[in-house]
Amino acid sequence: MGHQDVKFYQTGTFTVGNRLLPPEQRSVQSEIERTNSLNSGHRACQGCGEALGARYAIDAAMRATGNQLIAVNATGCLEVFSTPYPETSWQIPWIHSLFGNAAAVATGVAAAAKIRAQKAGKPLAETRVIAQGGDGGTTDIGFGCLSGMFERNDDVLYICYDNQAYMNTGVQRSSATPPAARTATTMPVGEHPGNEWGQGKNVPLIAMAHGIPYVATASVSDLRDLEYKVTKAMNMRGARYIHIFVPCPLGWGSASCDTIKLARLAKETGLFPVFEAEYGEVTNVSKIRQKQPVEAYLRLQRRFAHLFGKTPQLELIARFQAMADQNIRKFGLLGEDKATVGFPGSEHK
Amino acid sequence: MNKPFAITLNVGSSLANKTGSWRSFRPAYVNRLPPCNNACPAGEDTQGWLFHAESGDYEAAWRHLTEANPMPAVMGRVCYHPCEGACNRGQLDSAVGINSVERFLGDEAIKQGWKFAAPAAETGKRILVVGAGPSGLSAAYQLRRMGHQVVIFEAGPLAGGMMRFGIPKYRLPREVLDAEVQRILDMGVEMRLNTKVEDLLKTMKEEKFDAAFLAVGAHIAKRTAIPAAESAKILDAVSVLRSMEGEDKPMLGRRVVVYGGGNTAIDVARTAKRLGAEEAIIVYRRTRDKMPAHDFEVEEALQEGVMMRWLSTIKQVGEGAIQVEKMELDENGKPVPTGEFDTLEADSVILALGQDVDLGLLNGVPDLSFEDGVVKVGENMMTGYPGIFAGGDMVPSDRTVTVGVGHGKLAARHINAWLAGTTYVKPPKKELATFEKLNTWYYTDADKTVRPMLDIIRRQSTFDEVQGGLNEDNALFEARRCLSCGNCFECDNCYGVCPDNAVIKLGPGKKFEFNYDYCKGCGVCVEECPCGAIKMEAEAS
Repeated sequence: MGHQDVKFYQTGTFTVGNRLLPPEQRSVQSEIERTNSLNSGHRACQGCGEALGARYAIDAAMRATGNQLIAVNATGCLEVFSTPYPETSWQIPWIHSLFGNAAAVATGVAAAAKIRAQKAGKPLAETRVIAQGGDGGTTDIGFGCLSGMFERNDDVLYICYDNQAYMNTGVQRSSATPPAARTATTMPVGEHPGNEWGQGKNVPLIAMAHGIPYVATASVSDLRDLEYKVTKAMNMRGARYIHIFVPCPLGWGSASCDTIKLARLAKETGLFPVFEAEYGEVTNVSKIRQKQPVEAYLRLQRRFAHLFGKTPQLELIARFQAMADQNIRKFGLLGEDKATVGFPGSEHK
Repeated sequence: MNKPFAITLNVGSSLANKTGSWRSFRPAYVNRLPPCNNACPAGEDTQGWLFHAESGDYEAAWRHLTEANPMPAVMGRVCYHPCEGACNRGQLDSAVGINSVERFLGDEAIKQGWKFAAPAAETGKRILVVGAGPSGLSAAYQLRRMGHQVVIFEAGPLAGGMMRFGIPKYRLPREVLDAEVQRILDMGVEMRLNTKVEDLLKTMKEEKFDAAFLAVGAHIAKRTAIPAAESAKILDAVSVLRSMEGEDKPMLGRRVVVYGGGNTAIDVARTAKRLGAEEAIIVYRRTRDKMPAHDFEVEEALQEGVMMRWLSTIKQVGEGAIQVEKMELDENGKPVPTGEFDTLEADSVILALGQDVDLGLLNGVPDLSFEDGVVKVGENMMTGYPGIFAGGDMVPSDRTVTVGVGHGKLAARHINAWLAGTTYVKPPKKELATFEKLNTWYYTDADKTVRPMLDIIRRQSTFDEVQGGLNEDNALFEARRCLSCGNCFECDNCYGVCPDNAVIKLGPGKKFEFNYDYCKGCGVCVEECPCGAIKMEAEAS
């Protein structure tokens, strides 16, 4: 595991907390005093991975910044289920403007914080800024603003909660939807059922190509790794990007209790590589602990049910396996292998 | 109220939105029965005491353990640990070394001088315990804890029964046994050694006992008719092992043949080796896999140079030699003679063919029933005669120390209830925490810590203890390998993984509760609970 800072301890080493761990090794989520940034009563579906991922990330950021945090939200599930006017689940300063401009609004908030600090005679902004959105608001609609924020190296951590489609409006495909997946706009009919087998759009790699200080992927199935990455990002300045994998029971047609299991399988199959990169170079990957075939992941989701019908689509399942195997090779997800992805930009170090 | 520009409503919290109403299933915390507890003949709450040991609170662990079993240092050496055979961790890497942690706790208690608490109040009832073996001592301990006056009558010169006169020193050092017996006596249990009960009803009447628990064990060696020369030396295993406790060690000669395939046969062969026999040969009529002895004991004996002659029976014992007949197994696995004979040199032959119970003390007690030479008891451990209970090797059961301890505990509970004119009802068994109920992803791999073994040369020549103990470091490691099957160990997973903050953490030792106002019933907490301590229940419609 990339960031298993916990000392070897048998019973439940990978659990959220542990009564036997010294306090400094405990996770933010195990604390009674955690911020609970996203409070109870929100309207997310049962077993919502995004609600969970957002609380994990923002609670960790609150601790890392000593509660000096403003969050800017793109339109999407996270905004709609948390804040139906005038009610909100957010227990932190939080602002929503439009679907596509979260990165730009965050840039503005960061600029304001910087000016305030300068006026007070301090070198750096004390209030830190996070922009967050779903994959639609990040990889499609807000992509221009996001790229600009990266390119200007604005002092913002952008977090994308990737549930692989526009869930809020009724499960339409986004540029983060996996191939063959059924969505409202990519029905499993015709010669090529489900979503196209294109190149997709891998925003973590695109973010790395901007040569920004920090890019990471994380998953709701690995809380400690997620908290480590958010904390690390909040201790850096400049443009940072974290892409968090958050299963969606509604859009994926999975059981609400399987949210974390699916996230775990996505990582253990190799379909979602969990890594971190600094200035365009991969610096760390979370190794696969118990390798799983892609079928174990796909079968739990009705959006892939047409692959497992009366005549299973063996060829398509094999293509998924090839994708996973390619990730394993490229990122060195097994054993002692090293990652072979990287972009120019390390001269900024 | 002065509102900012374009704001018409007051900001509200989503807490007004009770999402618990969405729920059709609700999670509930449960305690399931861990397989180790389920398998323990002494009824130990293994998972429960390991929980304390995990945090390094060995005294709490020991106190929790000794609620069921007053002799963990003995048990940690001689128990055949069915708990480990049932342990769910066995399906992951290897079973938790429960037996070795138990021994560590027992030894620690002796080292630290931990004592049992005296009973809170005296009941004024007097109970006779006959036999100071594992079952009698266990019953005496439990009855004393309940506040009864207990007197143990022991026919032998020392307490311990088969733990002293059957199990060799190299498996159970006597100072360990003495310490654990003494601790029971220190609670105010009276023991009369060299006191054989000849007439039970008379003794009870004379000394005004309100009830009796009989645990005299099975000490009489079974014999078999083998033609033998007059000068042939034929002994029985029980006497040989018993005489090891006296001044005069038995004279067995250079070549010793042991006849039988149980643990006693192994014990006596290993003892002969240590007494200086050049050859100790076990003759058994069937094959190794059919042997009643435990495989690890067979293995240890083989390591020490004990030889085995499978599929053989002794036909004749002469002077300095015996004649054996080769056997073969028929289609039902029964040994049948082949008519082929062999001669083995032997200075002595030790018979280890099982033991019978001396039931003399029951003469004149009416309404008893017997079966295969043992006393029949009911579910409540009571014989046919009201107020007389029995347990251990003298009732139908597996003859192990652990079973004996379990009988003593169970009988004590029934005696206690019987004295009060009530009936002890066992609490209903909880649902078993099977492997499928766990989410083992959360446990890291960790192999069992193996106890050190005494050097082979010393094992062949001395009675030093063969198996060493764990030290604190590796005992703690071993305790922490426990998966806590079916019982919350406060890992915070449910508290962490709830997307709705609907789990309330109550703080150390107080565990968690659900906030059903907001719990949507997604079931993630159930799925991600490592130890299977949460279940989903349908909401009442």
